[in-house]
Amino acid sequence: MSGTTFPILSIVTFLPLLGGIVLLFIRREQAGLIRMVSLLVTGVTLLITLALPLSFDFGSAEMQFVERASWIPAIGVSYIMGMDGISLWLVCLTALISPIAVLCSWEAITEQVKEYHVFLLLIHTGMMGVFLALDFFLFYVFWEVVLVPMYFLIGIWGAPARRLYAAIKFFLYTLFGSVVMLLGILAVYFYAGAQTGTYTFDVLELMKVSYPWSPSLFSFQNLVWLAFFLSFAIKVPMFPFHTWLPDAHTEAPTAGSVILAAVLLKMGTYGFVRFSLPMFPEATLYFVPFMVTLSVIAIIYGAMVCLVQRDMKRLVAFSSVSHMGFIMLGMFALNMQGLQGSILQMVNHGLSTGALFLIVGLIYDRIHSRMIADMGGLSSVMPIYATLFAITMFSSIGLPGLNGFIGEFLILLGAFKVSWIWALFAISGIVLGAAYMLWLFQRTMFGTVTHERNKELLDLNLREAMTLIPLVIMFFWIGLYPAPFLKAMEPSVQKVVARLDQARKVVEAPTPIPVVSNWDQGHREEQP
Amino acid sequence: MMGTYNPADVLHALPEVFLSVVAIVVLILSFAAPKQRGWIETVSIIGVVGTGILLVRAAVPLFEPGAAAVSVFSGSYLVDKFAIFFKVVFLLATLLVILMSIDYLPLVGAPIGEFYAILLFSTVGMMFIASGGNLLTLYIGLETMSISLYILCGFLKQEKKSNEAALKYLLMGAFSSGVILYGISLLYGLTGALGFKEIAATIATMDLGNPALLVAMVMLTAGFGFKIAAVPFHMYVPDVYEGAPTTVTAFLAVASEAAGVAALLRVFLGAMPHIQVDWTIMFWILSVLTMTIGNVVAMAQQNIKRMLAYSSIAHIGYILIGFVAGAKLGISAVLFYVLVYAFMTAGAFAMVILLRTETVKGDLIEDFAGLGQAKPIAAAAMLVFLLSLTGIPPTAGFVGKFYIFGAAIKAGYVWLALIAVINTAISLFYYMRVAMVMYMREPPKALVVSPSRPLHVAVAFAVLGTLIIGIYPGPFLEFAQASILGLLQ
Repeated sequence: MSGTTFPILSIVTFLPLLGGIVLLFIRREQAGLIRMVSLLVTGVTLLITLALPLSFDFGSAEMQFVERASWIPAIGVSYIMGMDGISLWLVCLTALISPIAVLCSWEAITEQVKEYHVFLLLIHTGMMGVFLALDFFLFYVFWEVVLVPMYFLIGIWGAPARRLYAAIKFFLYTLFGSVVMLLGILAVYFYAGAQTGTYTFDVLELMKVSYPWSPSLFSFQNLVWLAFFLSFAIKVPMFPFHTWLPDAHTEAPTAGSVILAAVLLKMGTYGFVRFSLPMFPEATLYFVPFMVTLSVIAIIYGAMVCLVQRDMKRLVAFSSVSHMGFIMLGMFALNMQGLQGSILQMVNHGLSTGALFLIVGLIYDRIHSRMIADMGGLSSVMPIYATLFAITMFSSIGLPGLNGFIGEFLILLGAFKVSWIWALFAISGIVLGAAYMLWLFQRTMFGTVTHERNKELLDLNLREAMTLIPLVIMFFWIGLYPAPFLKAMEPSVQKVVARLDQARKVVEAPTPIPVVSNWDQGHREEQP
Repeated sequence: MMGTYNPADVLHALPEVFLSVVAIVVLILSFAAPKQRGWIETVSIIGVVGTGILLVRAAVPLFEPGAAAVSVFSGSYLVDKFAIFFKVVFLLATLLVILMSIDYLPLVGAPIGEFYAILLFSTVGMMFIASGGNLLTLYIGLETMSISLYILCGFLKQEKKSNEAALKYLLMGAFSSGVILYGISLLYGLTGALGFKEIAATIATMDLGNPALLVAMVMLTAGFGFKIAAVPFHMYVPDVYEGAPTTVTAFLAVASEAAGVAALLRVFLGAMPHIQVDWTIMFWILSVLTMTIGNVVAMAQQNIKRMLAYSSIAHIGYILIGFVAGAKLGISAVLFYVLVYAFMTAGAFAMVILLRTETVKGDLIEDFAGLGQAKPIAAAAMLVFLLSLTGIPPTAGFVGKFYIFGAAIKAGYVWLALIAVINTAISLFYYMRVAMVMYMREPPKALVVSPSRPLHVAVAFAVLGTLIIGIYPGPFLEFAQASILGLLQ
């Protein structure tokens, strides 16, 4: 593989940042040029990213395209980037969403255009880095770097009425979670360092260590798992940490909502698969009932709240709570089907909810309202719009032939293998999901035009259609031929499942054998 | 160990001697060449830079492998890496403060000559604290610094608030110095020694439960607690910080806090390592109180100088975490954080000075409204400082917090780390409020900032420091780690 010598991962990560720096030197009056440059940068990044699946070794569970460099040797921090089947599609999703985010802001953003695009590109770099970093310090840096520009995106260009509240709420929730995770990272670092004698933040090295576990809530592994959990669960967001989401998603500008829904939420689920599951397998098994309960509550609660929304954007936001619960449920089935379905569904949710927010944004640009009551019968005025909306909606509710179906089916399969009750709850979520989505579509699109002024609305122009069409193509591709997507992640997922099965022996032993613990002696030793 | 006076010893204190001479020259210039604007400032800057060069010259042999710390004047004056580290921080802070003051002082109508002379004298005092090998040297350094600071606080003679600040600081400062002196005399009475090493050696042979020893420890804790503005000894801070000229506030917040930390480390680690268990508990409580009260009260502030005052209190709380955690990791985390804190806090105060113009006083958070649109570069600089103060990567503040939290986790103080985490979330709220005002409000019709070149240099310098330490902290961490080797037994 040529990837080992050519730093392709660093390029796709830092190219947007470089673009952002270039933007700083363009005069603010030249808004058109700024838009072109950022479209160019995100487009080129997408093209380079496409080389990744093409040269990816589908049969390997190992990290690929790995890059290493020394960074802060004094405390064992290095610059390590790498990608496996779990991160591959999330990286591609990120690269696909970014040019769409630029395109959909083309006419909607007219003030402080320069800052806006600099922030967009910064977020792009942060998101790529989160999925590619293999050093905990580096990972944490990227994880936090995403927050600041997103805070400004919501706070400056959001809906005027409640944007400040939404922005600070988003920032506070996620920051609190991530700093607690930081403590977890440090605990792992010192424990592993005392065990192996070398202090390092290298994720792959830290994964080789087994962390002490016993069936008590306060065992080392369980506590660290909880520290990570808090950060990831807020990001996902899982019930009851979801309250920042409806505010942030609703108040953000369209591109912000799209990025939030499509990629930012996946940082949480990705964190669980990448770190919590393989690193703390015993604790993961220990917390399964807890996680499943929270996920099921999220699925049903999220869907029921959707049924009573009058604001279309808020409805889509709450549907994310429900869908993300679904992803978490599949993940915590902890078997092949569940995990594969969960990871595929991360991509699917990114595509379909991203598209839904675009659809809300397109109509908002026209009628300057998000209220369902202000729409009605639009399909006769805007047929192209209605068609794309319909396909997206079907993707979101999991119609066979579209991408959502594959993911949901696998998740159900995985859940059913563990317990039919879980599957039953999950199915009720699908039914409710179909109900609120179809009802939304009916109220906004069907029938006669309810408002006189809506009769003059223009259908989508080419630029607007171009934001949705790539996503629609992906709906069909994943829906009709998901094999390459599943095949690429199979070896990596298998590795995680194998690790969990190994841990299951420990956890399910009649009298659980505590994982060997040198914590009490180990953790006070001096650093060399 | 009775030593005899050796005239060659003076050479080891050459940086301090040089800076004192420069201060006197500045003082003479202030009446000999009053009309020559620019002379005084230039000489002051040359003095600080020259002292820095002398300091580097003195430091080079220390960094050779196998080199031992130098102890002169019968052990009362130490030249070790620890002293070098803090002196670097002091000189850095002094330099930044001079750059900030050049155009600020004429603007607010403060006398120029004496200002720089007193500032430099204060710095000399700090350098003696860092090098103090016994309680007396340290105390004299502390007083030289403090008395200079009392005067500097009252430099705006026409302003009531400045006078109030000076008087308040003087009264509280004198009282706390008395408390420290009482602690020192108790220690002297118990051990018959003033040198840190001798005191430690004597305490090792004593009954550690001796009430007089504990009283001495409590006295010193309270006295130094005042100097570093730890809660509940912080009451004077907001008023003094608000009333003093802003450049003096920056100096107080950065250099004098750092000097307090240096004194704390010298005394507690040097003289009282054997009763570490006792003072660790006290500082655990102080740390929790300091960061929590600092952060919570900062949320309610409308005046940015007061907000930064409470924020600096909160940061002392974080620094104390490293002190509580102890060991190599904890103490080097303290040193590293002091360096980081110096850059970001000096930078934030420089921004406040930047907003001070003929017409706008510029010390309300409201005054930052619309800065993001009107002056994007200035706003970006402030944003870097705010993010660093919150502890968000890729800024220095993040690495500092990371290191401090690491020390706490390693030493098993998980609760302390958790409380610090909650505090970080609280602090985000008020730091981001400034960012919000900068970026999410419309600017007033004509928003002007100070055109002062030296001030711009100071801001740029602080931004660079904050970012470079944030992105490539390796060498700075190694410097901090190397600096504490002699300190810990």
